[in-house]
Amino acid sequence: MKIVIMGCGRVGARLAGLLDIEGHSVTIMDTDAYSFRRLSPEFGGTALVGDGMDEESLRKAGIGEADAFFSLTQGDNRNVMAAQIARNIFRVPRVLCRVYDPLRRELFNSLGIEAFSPTTIFAQMLKEKLEAEPEEESK
Amino acid sequence: MYIIVIGGGKVGYYLARTLLGEGHEIVVVEKDPARTEFICNELGSVCIRGDGCEVATLTEVGTGRAEMFIAVTGDDEDNLIACQVAKHKFNVPRTVARINNPKNEAIFKELGIDVAVSSTNIILESIQEEVPTHSLTHLLDIRDKGLEIVELKIPADAKTVGKKIKDIHLPPKSRLFLIIPKQEKPRLPTASTVLQAEDQIIAVTTPESEEALRTALRGS
Repeated sequence: MKIVIMGCGRVGARLAGLLDIEGHSVTIMDTDAYSFRRLSPEFGGTALVGDGMDEESLRKAGIGEADAFFSLTQGDNRNVMAAQIARNIFRVPRVLCRVYDPLRRELFNSLGIEAFSPTTIFAQMLKEKLEAEPEEESK
Repeated sequence: MYIIVIGGGKVGYYLARTLLGEGHEIVVVEKDPARTEFICNELGSVCIRGDGCEVATLTEVGTGRAEMFIAVTGDDEDNLIACQVAKHKFNVPRTVARINNPKNEAIFKELGIDVAVSSTNIILESIQEEVPTHSLTHLLDIRDKGLEIVELKIPADAKTVGKKIKDIHLPPKSRLFLIIPKQEKPRLPTASTVLQAEDQIIAVTTPESEEALRTALRGS
């Protein structure tokens, strides 16, 4: 698959690495080249300085042929705007997006974007961990 | 009319002040506490501190009964999302977003914002009008028809000076409707009107034909 990721933070960089190892063609974008230090030295995809809310930068990243787009910057609104550009203008088949605010997430799901709220997921996970028996973490 | 304004910066503040003056019911939503206090001191209790993209804040200010929703923060993405929340979650009939980056104008339309106002473009155009060599100025957009009204100036060295209107090949959907000569009174152009140096021309055209119209009227 051809995959474009916007935002090379910890999550973006890690996801790029995972997908790259599995043989996907990955392009990761960030407005700050310094963020690319987070990519593993083995990363074989493309790192591109550019704004994922900008049509031209997205085109350079090959969004036109992309099978999937992830928006993973720190800003909920930035993520959702980029996701909508990917979906509505470039017709990317799968668009996944991080939205910290759980209330906004519902709305964007209804607009056809797969939005995930780490806030909800992580809070739920911590609660479940507490309720379950303590276990030895392997890593 | 009940109008919600997102963003209490310079644009938001003066907009709220103007709309209040016209007798509308206004609420401004602003993130910054100091700015919120300033607006309340100046305009009365019309400003609430909060995030205009958050459903909770918008519920609190009664967005459900707003007839108009205007987002004028300095960040395009915030304006877009605020308008989308207002539209899809609260069914506000009319949403207006300020755009700072002119590139986003087409994107906002595509994403369902009723009116997108590009502040940068407006400032640019006003300044361009003041540049003497600039030969095409936007005066007005006829949004739903995809047409625009523009002003052009015929430079003294244009190849079309002395030519009749009927000999000038205008691009599709373009019409000249007023000629303002440098010295004489404005007149309606006819086929036999002769173009003169420094004529000002008011024309209707499409954004795509702009360049072709300019070329046709200057002869180069």
